[in-house]
Amino acid sequence: MTRRRSALYIAAEVLTPLLIVIGVLIFTNGSAGFYFPPLQDVLVAFQRNWLFDRFGTDILPSLGRLFAGYLIAVVLGVALGVLLGHVRWLRRQMSPIIEFLRAIPPPALLPFTIIAIGVDSSAKIALIAFICIWPVLLNTMDGIAGIEPTIKDTGIVYRIRGRDSLLFVELRAASPQIFAGMRTALPLALILMVISEMVASTNGIGYFVIQSQRTFAIADMWSGIVLLGVLGYLLNLIFTLIERRALSWYLGARATTR
Amino acid sequence: MTTPLRTERPPSAAARAVRRILHALGSLGGVVVVLLLCELLIRVGVLPGRFLPPPSVVLLTLATELTTPAPWLAMLDTLRGWAFGLGIATAIALPLGLLLGSNELAYRALRPVIEFLRPVPSVALVPLVFLLFSYDLGDGKIFLAAFASTWPLLVQTIYGVRNVLPVQIDTARSFHIPSFDVATRVVLPSAIPFIATGFRIASTVSLILVLTGEIVINAGGVGEAINAAREGSQVALMYAYVILAGLLGILINLVFRAIEHRALHWHPSHRVVAA
Repeated sequence: MTRRRSALYIAAEVLTPLLIVIGVLIFTNGSAGFYFPPLQDVLVAFQRNWLFDRFGTDILPSLGRLFAGYLIAVVLGVALGVLLGHVRWLRRQMSPIIEFLRAIPPPALLPFTIIAIGVDSSAKIALIAFICIWPVLLNTMDGIAGIEPTIKDTGIVYRIRGRDSLLFVELRAASPQIFAGMRTALPLALILMVISEMVASTNGIGYFVIQSQRTFAIADMWSGIVLLGVLGYLLNLIFTLIERRALSWYLGARATTR
Repeated sequence: MTTPLRTERPPSAAARAVRRILHALGSLGGVVVVLLLCELLIRVGVLPGRFLPPPSVVLLTLATELTTPAPWLAMLDTLRGWAFGLGIATAIALPLGLLLGSNELAYRALRPVIEFLRPVPSVALVPLVFLLFSYDLGDGKIFLAAFASTWPLLVQTIYGVRNVLPVQIDTARSFHIPSFDVATRVVLPSAIPFIATGFRIASTVSLILVLTGEIVINAGGVGEAINAAREGSQVALMYAYVILAGLLGILINLVFRAIEHRALHWHPSHRVVAA
């Protein structure tokens, strides 16, 4: 009974995506209209554009900006978060400002970076970093401020001080929350990469997609959209793997207490 | 380390309100200091005033702009797009989430699709929106907002329903409670904290996508006003609208937090801690 049931579930997991792909194939080959070209055309365009014709000219610059901005945000966010997590009065005074800056919807800052920094790569990196820093900062701050006193006391008893205490006790204890912040920041980085390339750019995936749309190269446009979807999926997957590895001690400890 | 026993009576409601206001004012000191520092650095010329107008100028521009109807209409337009986007997302995600959460087969069947579509950056659909909604870009931004905010709500609803303790359902069953009542009285209440979190995330996402639509495809509202001010090189006005966008974000967040707090006062995460 249960075996038949699990076989049914697995069949459902495999069959539904297959059925959907077939459905899309039939729909786009039928009377879907000009904006929904046949799926095979999109796949051909995908292969022609991204494997690997435009890999160096569009994908690499895009990913470079994405990771540069994201890394800056993580490093600065963790550093400032540790500072604010330690100093209570500073945390109280700064939190209204942080709350406000965080609440500004990211694209609203795009015109600002265009005016202040320009339209080159550094402006896009700055924008990504500026938006991605808040979730990391807030989570680090809360994580550091909320470390269990027992953990700190134990560290003091063992005379773990200064740099060792920061690296091996505090950051370690706060790392589940820091990772939660980094996870929130990752899709933001991807979104901002695309938006910043759509508005003012001369290369990148976002630029390619919007340029294809303007020239009515619909299959090319869809190939870009599919690529962005695949990128989002892959980034999420890679992050989950890294997180699982880095937090294995924590996840393991939690699983046993369940 | 013992906490001294409190013998005096708890402070009255008025006294607590005064204390809370004083506390809030106390934490605004940082804001004042930062604003003054910006003002000083820009006036002295350390920061370039050409694209960073002093805060006083920006606030003055904002104040004078608020006396005209334009920013109010823009905010109304943005909020309308936000509400429609969130409403459509709710209409799709809530029933679907309840179904997928309670039916294992449906969940297994649609999980790969959801897991694949969820991380797709919704802004990737902007060019498509350009084409499909060329007759009315206002609908385009609603589409973007609805698409993006469906996912967090859907996933949270599924988690919430699946997280119900089997003991609770079994208990209800052994009392012969009809399955409809089990759904509304047992499953839904224990899923609601998850759903509330989903709503809070979805409301933020909806606002972000509405503003993205407004800025990137000029679909009216605060976003278009920001873009228009930039293109007209009215830098102070642009910052004024950016501040408005931030205030909208804070407002929506506060309202949702308050509703959540009020509706879920019984839930452990919202109980007032006595300490």
